[in-house]
Amino acid sequence: MNIIIVGGGKEVHFLTRSFISKGYNVTIINNKKEHCEKLARMHEKASIVYGDGTKPYVLEDAGAAYSNIVIALTPKDPDNLVICQLSEKIFKIRKTFAVVNDPKNIDVFNRLGVGTVISTSDIISSLIEQKISVDEITNLIPIEEGKVAIMEVEINKDHDILGKQLVNSNLPKEAIVGCIIRNGNAVIPRGDTVILNKDKLIILSLPKVQSDVLTAIRGRID
Amino acid sequence: MKKNKDEYIIIVGCGRLGANLASLLSKARKSIVVIDNDRDAFNRLSDEFSGFTIEADATEEAALLEAKIERADVVVATTNDDNTNIMIAQIAKSIYNVDKVVARLFEPSRQKVYEELDIETICPTELSAIAFRNIILEGQGEG
Repeated sequence: MNIIIVGGGKEVHFLTRSFISKGYNVTIINNKKEHCEKLARMHEKASIVYGDGTKPYVLEDAGAAYSNIVIALTPKDPDNLVICQLSEKIFKIRKTFAVVNDPKNIDVFNRLGVGTVISTSDIISSLIEQKISVDEITNLIPIEEGKVAIMEVEINKDHDILGKQLVNSNLPKEAIVGCIIRNGNAVIPRGDTVILNKDKLIILSLPKVQSDVLTAIRGRID
Repeated sequence: MKKNKDEYIIIVGCGRLGANLASLLSKARKSIVVIDNDRDAFNRLSDEFSGFTIEADATEEAALLEAKIERADVVVATTNDDNTNIMIAQIAKSIYNVDKVVARLFEPSRQKVYEELDIETICPTELSAIAFRNIILEGQGEG
């Protein structure tokens, strides 16, 4: 699979590392020369293209015609829109991802044909709105623009759920523990599985019950 | 509701082009709203300009709603950033169904894609090149 990433922040670095470890071919487009040189040193297996990713010929240089996925991660919303649109219209790339800063642009981008739109500020603000204390969630992945989320919660000895069987926990109906990471191993839980200290619960839930999930785990309300 | 076509015009970007255009259209008795995210930019508007100004970032929907984009007959995007112009033009065309949408694009390579989306584009680079060519080739029996 060939993936093009446009941008240059930390996300690009981590995404590239993770994609390459999965065996994908990654091409990064960046418009700063020094940054390109740095990226090239850090990621030997990735191709780096120096140029403005919102120009068709730069995308062409990056092999857009043979790519399956484009991810637009620049700090400017209009740039991300244009990158995704050019990729789709000129190079027929069906899977396009854009990050937006203004959450209202999620809807705008969707209506203008961008495949998947992610708004980091939206994710963070919705977490705050739900009064979730973020330090207990070690990882949170929104799916389908946040309609459902996977979160990872590490259990400690103060938690109410400790020592309980899953069936006896107060987890809301709209949430399910899909997997438990125990001593580095993945365990698929059943109703009779007992939650132990240092367990990492991988929980799939609707956003509206996220705070209820945490309340059920902690047994207290902030 | 609308009495005349092309009566209500929103101009995004009050640079030299935007300000000049605003003044010309204002003189032609059109209703004009100019949006720019830099208040000082409005100093470029001439004394003949009789429309309204809004200080805001037009890529935020709230700014376009404040300018009453749903009632606009024409939207012109003349900021100094091509992609911003493209985005505003598409919002005007696809989401608010504005009749006539014109965007300035400095970079000719993107022009074709956006003309397919029914957005008129003006490329100063190309216009200048054509004007230069005409001057140079004039009197050589070509042109």
